[in-house]
Amino acid sequence: MTHGALFLAVFLACVVEAVEATTIVLAAGTARSWRSAASGLVVALAVLAGVIAILGPAVSALPLRGLRLVVGALLLVFGLQWLRKAILRASGLKAVHDERQIFADGVETARAAPRSPGSAGGFVTDWYAFTLAFKGVLLEGLEVVFIVLTFGTNDHDVGLAVIAAIAAVVVVACIGLAVRVPLARVPENSMKFVVGIMLTAFGTFWGVEGAGGSWPGHDVSVAVVIAGVAVLGLLLVAVLRRTGAREAEPAAELSMAGPR
Amino acid sequence: MTPPPLTKSTAAWLRAFAHFWYDFVVGDDWRMAVGVAIALAATYAVSRTGVAAWWIVPAAVAILLPVSLWQAVRPRTRQRR
Repeated sequence: MTHGALFLAVFLACVVEAVEATTIVLAAGTARSWRSAASGLVVALAVLAGVIAILGPAVSALPLRGLRLVVGALLLVFGLQWLRKAILRASGLKAVHDERQIFADGVETARAAPRSPGSAGGFVTDWYAFTLAFKGVLLEGLEVVFIVLTFGTNDHDVGLAVIAAIAAVVVVACIGLAVRVPLARVPENSMKFVVGIMLTAFGTFWGVEGAGGSWPGHDVSVAVVIAGVAVLGLLLVAVLRRTGAREAEPAAELSMAGPR
Repeated sequence: MTPPPLTKSTAAWLRAFAHFWYDFVVGDDWRMAVGVAIALAATYAVSRTGVAAWWIVPAAVAILLPVSLWQAVRPRTRQRR
């Protein structure tokens, strides 16, 4: 796998997760307390760094074939999940991920939550904001850790995967802090579609190698697998859009014929 | 007999922990995870015989994804009718 493909796959996946985490932190900071939300963010990042420090060497110690089988299987399941959601969203059968709406809902819920009387004082002044930011960053960050470790160890370049992840997080966090509004303009759904294709393709490639199969053309075939998964995904979007439109037509005709 | 509160909360925590990891790894459709496991096992078995086995997983992806999407869309068409 080329360094460029590794960097791109990890960077895009991390941008998607970082946008979601940033929305949660911004909601917690705007509605409750910036200091507590920032504390939750820092503690979650520390926990994630610990997970990488513990799991990284453990994963790297596995024999390459076993590693490729396990990682390939996990990536494949993970990638198919992403791709499934992205196809449903692209075909209009699932609500598109809307950061602006998620931010508004998050702010409303956070404002409605009661403030505990003993929360004043200390570094964390609002435990609700702390917990909201901590949970959001930790949960989105776990996916980032998983992608960094699987791509990095398989390609013997955890360092590059970590740099790609940090670059994505820094870019998104800087923009988020500068504008202090949800990053609704990031084409998150399209990026999820691309990441789903990449995860599925690399999962397929490594899974087959780990299970004892050998690809015709060796490493070159990964490009063919990426193209194949992309074509399959786009075909499914087209088919689902057409099916959805066809089913909507009789319903529209019925509603027009009914009493007004 | 009601279990002591500690056991109850531990059980609830373990359930939530297991649910989180199931949701994280398996996700919305368990059939895709099972299908991937079967495809990889078949690849291993076929590759041991010396026959080319690289096509099994791509073929499984080409079947699993449309089937899973069909499963996700099907209840909507039922509701409409």
